[in-house]
Amino acid sequence: MTLELQGVSRVVGGRDHIRPTSLTLQNGTMNVLLGPTLSGKTSLMRLMAGLDKPSAGRILWEGRDVTGVRVQDRGVAMVYQQFINYPGLTVYENIASPLRILRRDAAQIDRAVRETAEMLRLTPMLTRKPLELSGGQQQRCALARALVKGAGLVLLDEPLANLDYKLREELRVEIPKIFEASGAIFVYATTEPEEALLLGGHTATLWEGRVTQFGPTAEVYRNPADATTARVFSDPPMNFLPAIKTGHRISFGDGANAPAEGALAGLPDGKYLAGFRANHMALNRHSGNAVEFACQLGVTEITGSETFIHVRHGNDRWVGLVGGVHDLKPGQDLRVWLDPAHVYLFDAEGRLAAPAAYAKAA
Amino acid sequence: MRNRSSALVMTLYLLFLMVPIYWLVNMSLKTNAEITGTFSLFPRELTFRNYMVILTDPSWYMGYVNSIIYVVLNTVISIAVALPAAYAFSRYSFMGDKHLFFWLLTNRMSPPAVFALPFFQLYSSIGLFDTHIAVALAHCLFNVPLAVWILEGFMRGVPKEIDETAYIDGYSFPRFFIRIFMPLVASGIGVAAFFCFMFSWVELLLSRTLTSVNAKPIAATMTRTVSASGMDWGVLAAAGVLTIIPGALVIWFVRNYIAKGFALGRV
Repeated sequence: MTLELQGVSRVVGGRDHIRPTSLTLQNGTMNVLLGPTLSGKTSLMRLMAGLDKPSAGRILWEGRDVTGVRVQDRGVAMVYQQFINYPGLTVYENIASPLRILRRDAAQIDRAVRETAEMLRLTPMLTRKPLELSGGQQQRCALARALVKGAGLVLLDEPLANLDYKLREELRVEIPKIFEASGAIFVYATTEPEEALLLGGHTATLWEGRVTQFGPTAEVYRNPADATTARVFSDPPMNFLPAIKTGHRISFGDGANAPAEGALAGLPDGKYLAGFRANHMALNRHSGNAVEFACQLGVTEITGSETFIHVRHGNDRWVGLVGGVHDLKPGQDLRVWLDPAHVYLFDAEGRLAAPAAYAKAA
Repeated sequence: MRNRSSALVMTLYLLFLMVPIYWLVNMSLKTNAEITGTFSLFPRELTFRNYMVILTDPSWYMGYVNSIIYVVLNTVISIAVALPAAYAFSRYSFMGDKHLFFWLLTNRMSPPAVFALPFFQLYSSIGLFDTHIAVALAHCLFNVPLAVWILEGFMRGVPKEIDETAYIDGYSFPRFFIRIFMPLVASGIGVAAFFCFMFSWVELLLSRTLTSVNAKPIAATMTRTVSASGMDWGVLAAAGVLTIIPGALVIWFVRNYIAKGFALGRV
């Protein structure tokens, strides 16, 4: 079973919601759609489900063209960000409803409902109405309804976004287990890079209706194809600064320079855009090659064991994540260090020119 | 102290509200001689003759039967037509949908008297004069827009994702609409039905114009009680009491949602 999108696009009122996109989702894979709000995750998912028709392109399911097929006949399942259940029916009937439509016999329905409820720990709530449940239980009920009919394609549209922190953590751990038990193609939309990394599988990064990269999650994280992907797949977003390579040296920002080693050595001379992730910024000379930058501190956010540092370097704004609690005054001058091994270089078009040395080693 | 004075004000207010109704009930239990002869706060000679007249004389009780027939017909037609219309207005956007929606409401802005003449001529010429369906259809002109507005408000409160989830689960549209959607807007349907019922029940001008004998409504019967022996006050009062009862019964069922209905479902 594969789901194949061939040059699928969607235009609404003259505006591109989804630009021509081709994707192939393999049987039994977890696929994460990662992108900020309004990047087209939901639009893409609705096209996959058959809720919206693509303006152009074809959608193939197991090699069969299903582009114009009604959603009822697609055999997909979907869970929304909002907790959507049938308020008038009990949890049991909610879970049973897709099977009743399929006219399964009563014993079979009962067994399937109880198994699914057990897996999602809903067994004690089967006789209740959805609105009498907590948010997490309501969403689990929606998940159960999506899973019970054994659909080949399960679409989860930010299913955890409306849950509080604790419940989110709990369900986040459960979803990969549920996925493995189902054997279906899962598509999971999220705005959080952390969630994509946790779920593993494959990741497609989206930006303004365009899939910027699709591949194994770790691969996309380590080797983003372009600056946009790198920005989307970092939280906080990747920091950028201009860089110029001349000969065997490469100079960053205001002139701090370092030897061009490894992959950097082979690059032609010229202007580049250097990017690094927040956790690679340091407040001390942590390695021999580290380059020093003079910055101005904006604000600091203390999370408890770590501190987010917002700084300005020339015209660039960076966010760094450093361990421990640092008591720094807003507006003060601050020196930060960066190891060139942690730097990605992007060319003038934004494409990846050289991956960071550490990513190769990993 | 403050509690007591507000309770007093409240009690007085309710008493004043109840006075006309009490007086109607009071009159209906008196003889004509007592009504016209003396001033009494309660019947001196308690009598049920007035009610007996209404319940035994076909020219009286058929008025109720006729009214109920066309009111129920009208309510059923209005809701049946308004349900799909309201669903369309709440779920789809199409060319001119907002104008059409507003235009619906403007139907209620003209007085029924405007339509009395054209309706009379039209229904007479196609042989519908003095039938129940004639009155029911005439009242649709006012009730369908109202029902559409009320139901649209209630339907808008149901997230569109529920529709889509049902389609994804495999529900066909009719099955979804009846099994999932209608129960969700049941209170809206109740309120819309109540408003249709009430309008049709109290409307006098059109129903009197379009009927003569066979479908004559109770309100029309009540206005024609002057007989050779003068006005039959007692019977008229009893008829009034019996006319209040259906409305009171219906309002009981939708009492929790009625405020939302008055706001056309937009609360």
